[in-house]
Amino acid sequence: MELKSTRDAYGDALIKLGDTNKNVVVLDADLSTSTQTNKFAKKYPNRFFNVGCAEQNLIGVAAGLAIGGKISFASTYAIFSTRAWEQIRNTVAHDNLNVKIAVSHAGLTNGPDGASHQSLEDIALMRVIPNMTVIVPSDAMEAEKAVTSEAYREGPTYIRLNRTKTPIIFEDDYEFTIGEAVKLADGNDLAIFATGTMVHEALEASKMLKTENIDACVINIHTIKPLDKDIIVKVAKQTGAVVSVEEHSIYGGLGGAIAEVLGEKYPVPMRIIGIKDVFGESGEYEELLKKHGLMAINIVKSAKELMGMKK
Amino acid sequence: MQTSELYLLKKNMDAIKMLDEKARKIRKHVINMIFEAGSGHPGGSLSCVDILTALYFYTMRHNPMEPEWADRDRFILSKGHAAPALYAILAEAGYFPVKELLSLRKIGSMLQGHPDSDVSGVDVSSGSLGQGLSIASGLALAAKLDNKAYRVFALLGDGECDEGQVWEAAIFASHYKLNNLTAIVDRNGLQIDGPTEKIMCLEPIVEKWRAFGWHVSEIDGNKMTEIIGALNEAKITSGRPTVIIANTLKGKGVSFMEGINAFHGKTLSKEELKIALQELGGD
Repeated sequence: MELKSTRDAYGDALIKLGDTNKNVVVLDADLSTSTQTNKFAKKYPNRFFNVGCAEQNLIGVAAGLAIGGKISFASTYAIFSTRAWEQIRNTVAHDNLNVKIAVSHAGLTNGPDGASHQSLEDIALMRVIPNMTVIVPSDAMEAEKAVTSEAYREGPTYIRLNRTKTPIIFEDDYEFTIGEAVKLADGNDLAIFATGTMVHEALEASKMLKTENIDACVINIHTIKPLDKDIIVKVAKQTGAVVSVEEHSIYGGLGGAIAEVLGEKYPVPMRIIGIKDVFGESGEYEELLKKHGLMAINIVKSAKELMGMKK
Repeated sequence: MQTSELYLLKKNMDAIKMLDEKARKIRKHVINMIFEAGSGHPGGSLSCVDILTALYFYTMRHNPMEPEWADRDRFILSKGHAAPALYAILAEAGYFPVKELLSLRKIGSMLQGHPDSDVSGVDVSSGSLGQGLSIASGLALAAKLDNKAYRVFALLGDGECDEGQVWEAAIFASHYKLNNLTAIVDRNGLQIDGPTEKIMCLEPIVEKWRAFGWHVSEIDGNKMTEIIGALNEAKITSGRPTVIIANTLKGKGVSFMEGINAFHGKTLSKEELKIALQELGGD
C-alpha cells in the first residue's frame, strides 16, 4: 500500500499553486521544514515569508497580505496555530479574509514530541468560529485536492494535516467538493463517520465487521464545517445506529458536530470514538493510537455494542 | 527670506490653521457621539484626533468617492477603542453622511463600538489590542509584492504596547525593511487601570523601538506642525519602518478631561457635555 503524509501533499500542492497563481503567498513560523512549506520557499523565495517563532504575528501578517489582495497560506504545527486563536477569530474570520491556515502535526501524529506538540482540541476550537471552514483530509490525494480547491475559494479555512505517512485511499481522478461527504463503503446495519487518519481505520473496521455479517457503511467527513448534514441524517435513517471516529478529543470535534445534527433531526444510538478528554504523551504514533483506542478493532467493538442497542 | 519662501510659509500656515479647525470639529463630533451612545472611550479618542486629522486631511492619498481605490494609502486603527474619532474623520472626509455619527454603538448601526470593515473607509476590523501592526506589516508587504506605491499607517495606543504581538510585528517589519510602513504610538501615558508607567512601564520607549530597528521620531502629538513634520520624515526614510512616538494628552481639548483617566471609558453627563462643547467652541 502506498504511503504519503498529508503535509507532503500540501508542500507539493503549494508548488503547483505557486506556478499557476502569482497571488499565492506562503508564511511559516520557523517550521517550514516540518510543514513542507520549504518546497515553496525554495521555488518562490519572494513570496515566502518566515515570521520566526511568532504565531500571533503569523496570522496578523497573513491577514494583512490577504487584505492586500493575496491568497495567504499560513503554516505551523496545529497546536501552535491555536495560540493565535483570538487573532484568527477577531481578524481573519470576522472579516472573512482569504487566509488559509494549513497546519501540520495534528492529532497524535507528532508522537514522540509528546503532549505539548500534539493537537487534540483544534477541530473544536476552529469549528466554533463563524465564517471558518474546517477541512481534515483523509489522505495525501485528498489533501492536495483540498488545498488547491481552497486556494480558489474566497474566505478563511483551517486545513488539518499530519506528520505521519498514511495509506493513500483516493485515486488521481478523485474530485474534492467542499462540504460534500464521501461514501466509501455501503452498508445498512450501521454507519461509521470518520475524518482524517481515521477514515482508513474505519474502512478496515467495515471489512472486519463484514466477516461477522454486519454491513457498515463508511462515510468520509473531510469537511467538518460546513458539515454535510443531509448525508448524516440520511444515513442515520437508513442504518439506525452511528459511530463517529476522529483523532481528536471526543468533545467538540466530528462526534460533537454529528451529535448536534442528529440530536435535533434524527436521534439514533451513537458512539463517539476519540481521545477521551486527556492529554497526549510521548510514544510512537501507532503505539499512541493503540493506547488511546483509535484502531479498527476499537471501532468494531463500538459497532457491535451499538448493534445490540438498535430498535 | 525670499518672496517664494514667504509664500510657502504662509500657505503652510493656512494649511495648519485649516487642520486645527478640522480637529476642533472632529472633537465636537466625538463628544456628541459618545454622549449620544451612552458609552465609549472619549479620553483615547480625543488624544489622537490631531494625528488622525493630519493623516486624513494632509498626508494620506485617499479618495472618499472611491473608497476601494487600489492605490490608496491604508490606515489601521489598532487602538480600536478610538473608533469615534476615526468615524468622525471618515464622515468629515465624505465617506458617509455626518448625521450617521450619532448612531454609534446603537443596534443596527454600521458604526459598531469598535471599527468594523463594513464601514466605508475602514479596511480592517479592529478592537482587540496588539494586532494592527501585524496586519499593517502584511499590507505593506503586499504593496511591495505588487510594486505599488501606497503607504500603510497604523495607530497604536501606548498601553497597547504591553501586547507581545506588537513586538513580534516590530521585529518583523524591520527585518523585512518595510519603509512603506509608519506606526504612530498615541503616547497619552494612561491605560485603563492607571498611568502606563505604574501599570507596566514602557520607558525607555524611544530606545526600545530604535533597538528593534525602526526609525523613531518623538513629537508633541497634539501639535499639527510636529505631526506633519514627522509624517514627512517617515516618507523619506529608506530601508526601515518609522514609528512616531506621539506624546499626547488624554482627553485633549476639554479642560476637565485632560489627563484624567476616569474618562478612558466613560461618557459625559449632560452638564459636562455642555461645558465641553462650549470649550471646543465654534458653531
